[in-house]
Amino acid sequence: MNQHLVYQLQYSMLRIRSIEESLAKRYAEQEMRCPMHLCIGQEAIAVGVAEALLVSDKMYSNHRAHGHYLAKGGSLNAMVAELYGRASGCCGGRGGSMHMIDLDVGFMGATPIVGGTVPLAVGSAWASKLQKKTDITVIFFGDGCFEEGVVHESLNFAALHHLPILFVCENNDFSVYTRRNERQPDRPIHQIAAAHGIKSAHGDGNDVELVFSLATKAIKDLRMGNGPWFLEFSTYRWREHCGPDYDDHLQYRNLDEIDRGRASCPIQQFEKKSLSSGLLSRSDIENMKKDISIEVEKSFAFALADRKPTLDDAKPYVYA
Amino acid sequence: MSMLNMKTRQISYVEAIREALEQMMQHDESVIVIGEGVPDPKAIFNSTLGLQEKFGKDRVFDMPLSENGITGACIGAAISGMRPVMIHQRIDFALLSLDQIINNAAKWHYMFNGKSKVPLVIRMIIGRGWGQGPQHSQSLQALFSLVPGLKVVMPTTAYDAKGMMVAAIKDNNPVIFLEHRWLHPIVDEVPESMYELPLNKAKIIFEGSDITVAAFSYMTFEALIAVRALHSIMGISVELIDMRSVRPLDSQMVIDSVKKTGRLIVADTAYKTGSIAAELVSQVVERAFKSLKVAPFRICSPDFPTPTAPSMTEYYYPNAVTIADAVLRLLGKDVFAKDCQKLLKALGPKGPHDMPNKDFGGPF
Repeated sequence: MNQHLVYQLQYSMLRIRSIEESLAKRYAEQEMRCPMHLCIGQEAIAVGVAEALLVSDKMYSNHRAHGHYLAKGGSLNAMVAELYGRASGCCGGRGGSMHMIDLDVGFMGATPIVGGTVPLAVGSAWASKLQKKTDITVIFFGDGCFEEGVVHESLNFAALHHLPILFVCENNDFSVYTRRNERQPDRPIHQIAAAHGIKSAHGDGNDVELVFSLATKAIKDLRMGNGPWFLEFSTYRWREHCGPDYDDHLQYRNLDEIDRGRASCPIQQFEKKSLSSGLLSRSDIENMKKDISIEVEKSFAFALADRKPTLDDAKPYVYA
Repeated sequence: MSMLNMKTRQISYVEAIREALEQMMQHDESVIVIGEGVPDPKAIFNSTLGLQEKFGKDRVFDMPLSENGITGACIGAAISGMRPVMIHQRIDFALLSLDQIINNAAKWHYMFNGKSKVPLVIRMIIGRGWGQGPQHSQSLQALFSLVPGLKVVMPTTAYDAKGMMVAAIKDNNPVIFLEHRWLHPIVDEVPESMYELPLNKAKIIFEGSDITVAAFSYMTFEALIAVRALHSIMGISVELIDMRSVRPLDSQMVIDSVKKTGRLIVADTAYKTGSIAAELVSQVVERAFKSLKVAPFRICSPDFPTPTAPSMTEYYYPNAVTIADAVLRLLGKDVFAKDCQKLLKALGPKGPHDMPNKDFGGPF
C-alpha cells in the first residue's frame, strides 16, 4: 500500500463517518423529513471497493447508500440538499435519503425496495458487455437482500452471460431487528453464489485494506472478461436500522456484542495501523478532519439556503 | 415503390409484429429481444421467427425463467443505452415481474428527476380459448394503466400493430404492449416500409351517428362484425372507435363522438370492476354529461376468472351478439321484434365458441 492510497482510504472513511454523524446530529431539527439509514461502522466496504474502481465504472446501491454514493464521488451538496428536500438535491427533492444518484461519477441509482436494484446492476453490466465497453458494474446489498428471489435470478443470469459485475454483500447480520439465524439456515452466503457458478470470496468488512485488495483482484479479473464476482464482507451496524439514534435500549442485541462490534471500528483500526507503519501521521489525520468539517459545514449551509421545490416541481418527468 | 403498392400487401398481425421487430433491429443496433422461447422452434407464435439467425445471439436471447430478474436486467440495460424488447407468451407470467415494472421501470425517470430514462417494450400476450383457463387468459390492461410512467397500448389491427410497435421501441419510456392472441392470425394491409403510429390516439374505424361504441383490442373485432351487420341489415349507424391505447387514454375522441351520438357503449376484454372501460365511462360522464341521452353501458367479462371447461366458457365472453344486443337496447329498440331477432341470429357464432371466429379474417 502506498501513502497516497492509505491517505485516500482513511480520508474517504472519515469523510463518510463525519457526514453521517452530522446528519444524525441535525436530524432531530425535523428539517430532513425522510427515512435515513446510516452506514456508520460499515464504511470500509464502500470505501475499499470504490477505491478499486474507475470513474467510468458503474455502481448501484440500496436504502443504506450514503457511503457508497460518497465513496464513488457523488456530490455532497446534492446529497445533503436531497435529504433536506431541496431543489438542488440529486433528485430535486423527489427521493430523499433512499434515492441517491450522480451519473457524472457512475453512481447509477439507489432505491429502497430490497433487491430492486440488483437486477438493474446486472442489466448495466449486460449493456456494457453488449456495447463492448470495458467498464464494470458494482452492486451493494445486505444479508437480508440475499433472501430475495430476484437476487438469485440475477446471479443466475450474470453467471450465464459472464457479465462484468461485482456483487458485494454487506453482511451485518441484521434485517432491521431480525438476526440472520432467524431468516437463513446456517450456511455461508458467498458459497451460495459460488454454487451459481460465480467466483466468490469473503472477508472482514471492517478491514479496509482487505476489502480493497479483494475488490482489486476481482475487478482486475472482471476487466479481463472473467465475470461475474461475488464478495461477502462481514460488518456491524452501530445504530438503529433507520434513523439517527442508537437503539441499544431495545435489547435485541446484547451489550457485549455491541461493544465488540464497535471495537472493530474500521476507521480506528486502519488509523492505528497506518500510524504505526508511518504511512500516516497524527497531523495528517487532524488535517483531514479539519478539511472534512469545513466541507460538511458548507454542504449544510448550501442545502439550507437552497430553494424548496413546490408541487409544480413535482409534475414533470412522469414520461421521458 | 408507389404508395398504392405500399398499401396493398396483406399480412397477419403476428407477421406485422415480427416485421416491426426485424426492421427496428436493422434500424437501431441498441434494440435487443429477450423472452422465454424467443429463439425456439415456436418463436413466440412465430413473432420472433428467424431473428436470432439474422441478428445473432448477442441481440436475440432466450431467457431463464426469471421474469422479475430479467425485467430488472432489461431496465438496467435500458438505463445504460439499450432498447430491450421483452416478451411474455402470456400476460399472466408478467405478474411475476410487477415489482420491477411498477417500482423501477415506471418510476426511474420520475424519481431521479428526469436524469435517466427507461426505453423498454414489454410484449404481453392475452390468451383465450381452448381451455386457457384462470391463469392463461387474463386481460390486465387496467392493472398496468394504474401506474403513471407506464404507457399501455393494445392495437387491434396488423397495420396498427406494426406502426405502434415501431413507435413503442423508439419511445423513451416503458411501454406495455398487449396483444390479444386471437388477433394474431388476422390480416390487414400493412406497408412493407417502416412507419410509426402514435401511442396515444384512438381511431375511428367506422363512422356513424346513432351511437358510439368504443372498443379495446379484440373487442373491436367483435364490435366491427356487429356494426357492419347492424348497418347492412337494419340501417343503424354506429360510430366504432378502436381505442388502441389504454394509457394515455384518448377519451377526447370518444367525447367528441358522444357529443354527436349521445349514446355510449364501451366494450372491453377485461373484468368489469375497476376496468379501463369504467375509467372511460367516468371521463365521458364527467366531461360530457349533458350530451348523453341514456346511461353509458359497459360490455366486459364477468367478474370471475375464466374457467377452463368449454361447457363453462361458452357464455363467458361477450361477443358480436352481446354488442349488437346492447346497441339495440340503448337505441330503445324492441329486441324481441322480428328484425332484431333476425339480426342477432345472423351474428351468432358459427364454429366452436372456444376457437377464433372465422367469419372475418381481415382486412379491417
